Amino acid sequence: MNKNYFEIKRAGINTTFQDQGRGNLYHIGIPFSGAMDNRNFQISNKLVGNEVNFPTIEFAFQGPLLKYFGENINFAITGDVKFIIRKKSNAIEGNCYQSFTLENGDELDIISTNKSVYGYLAVSGEFEVNYQWSSCSVNTKANIGANNGKKIEDGQKIYISNINKNLSDKKLNYINTKIENIRVIQGTNFDYFSDEGKKIIFEKEFVISKLSDRMGMRLEGHKIENIVDTNIKSEGLLKGVIQVPADGNPIIMLSDHGTIGGYPKIGVVISADYDKLVQLTPGSKIKFKKVELADAETLFKLYDLETQNLISQI
Amino acid sequence: MIKNISNLGDAALYCDFGSEVNKEINSKVIRYFKSIQKENIDGVNNLTPSYNKLIISFDLRKKNFQTIKKLIENLNVTNDDELKTNRIKIPVCCDENFSLDIKRLEERLKISRDKIYEKFFGKEFFCYMTGFIAGMPFLGDLENELQAKRLETPRVKVPKGSVGLTEQFANVYTFESPGGWNIIGNTPKVIFDSTKENNPNLINPGDVVIFEQINKDQYYNINE
Repeated sequence: MNKNYFEIKRAGINTTFQDQGRGNLYHIGIPFSGAMDNRNFQISNKLVGNEVNFPTIEFAFQGPLLKYFGENINFAITGDVKFIIRKKSNAIEGNCYQSFTLENGDELDIISTNKSVYGYLAVSGEFEVNYQWSSCSVNTKANIGANNGKKIEDGQKIYISNINKNLSDKKLNYINTKIENIRVIQGTNFDYFSDEGKKIIFEKEFVISKLSDRMGMRLEGHKIENIVDTNIKSEGLLKGVIQVPADGNPIIMLSDHGTIGGYPKIGVVISADYDKLVQLTPGSKIKFKKVELADAETLFKLYDLETQNLISQI
Repeated sequence: MIKNISNLGDAALYCDFGSEVNKEINSKVIRYFKSIQKENIDGVNNLTPSYNKLIISFDLRKKNFQTIKKLIENLNVTNDDELKTNRIKIPVCCDENFSLDIKRLEERLKISRDKIYEKFFGKEFFCYMTGFIAGMPFLGDLENELQAKRLETPRVKVPKGSVGLTEQFANVYTFESPGGWNIIGNTPKVIFDSTKENNPNLINPGDVVIFEQINKDQYYNINE
């Protein structure tokens, strides 16, 4: 049997296999992980005719350079990504939200995620990956998931099986919009902060620090003063929780977060805004807007409906 | 038994069992956790028990705060005697290469290392919760004489297997990780094994743990 595979000529900065993640493991210390931007993850799969929860390759900032060997295969990239397809005779600049075909020997050079953080590469086949707790999602901290729980590295080969022979071109008209205000529900320790701090969190602009990754997003610019206790008895965390440690600089928990923590929670980013939050690059300005639970629930319904509509258009 | 239920964000219930940390309150949390786990509620995608809180996360596409809250309020909770817990012995070597903070503890606690070991080994500790990093157990309670604060500056890398103390708690670092606990030794025992999907944690909430001191030879003979 002919093997189809990518040879990784350049791995990129933070390139991992991701799918929808794994649930029901917080109590043993394992977070969801999974694709950071769930909407773009699902769309990438649909553009190559896969089930929306198939494994994809997630990359951040600089993406991988992959050389393809095997029978013709379709791929699609989602996000806000600059990439080039190098064929024997020419090179084409690719477009996101559109499927392209790779032939034996073609190179796919994913140069950068322009003004965003994460992009997704899906292929019309199955990446040969191992699953743990029904998910391939890589958690580099506990070395769980595909690729022995590690980032994809230079020189390795990624095998692909069950290639869909009926290659059809697919396209979606969609542009990622950048979010300006992140909507937040008040946290369980809101009362731990000074009146001034309570104002600052919803009125001032923060800047996203370079020290941000799949575990958390650190914010700078304004310190939030704690007037009760800078520690709480350690308790569960969720993605989107905004903790304020003793130094007063907020940290937002992201998909690979530690499952428990001991810093007071000033707020939680609403589910509808999570995909867009994670795409904000270091140096971006961010402002929080307070909403109530009922509004957050409605906003999520609308966001989810919009995602389903996009998927059904493909 | 739950003192108050509120929402943590739009996709989780925050169940508050009180503000103190003790075995009695934590046992209630664990009982609730196990009962909810058994119910297998469609749409619930995570449960996080801790000292005195239980967080129930759900898929907002399937459930919302009010529906889960009602289910939890009407839940039949497991009785004490139905809780199955294990007694687990953990061998620990306190060779100087492993007991990174023993000098600091001697100074802070104003007792000798022999006294520290005497008060630590062979005693029963209760597992309040596991987490932060995969499989890390939070055990208690240490005697008053053993209670010390965290390091002022946390270590960037605490070696895997390190056994640490802070305040009334002890823990085991299941992975190399940043951390600020006072390290007194290292265990060769595998505490977290991701290949055992049904039961990756050696130590689970409610279990009883007893640390046993071993020497260097014994340490290297335990090949896990």
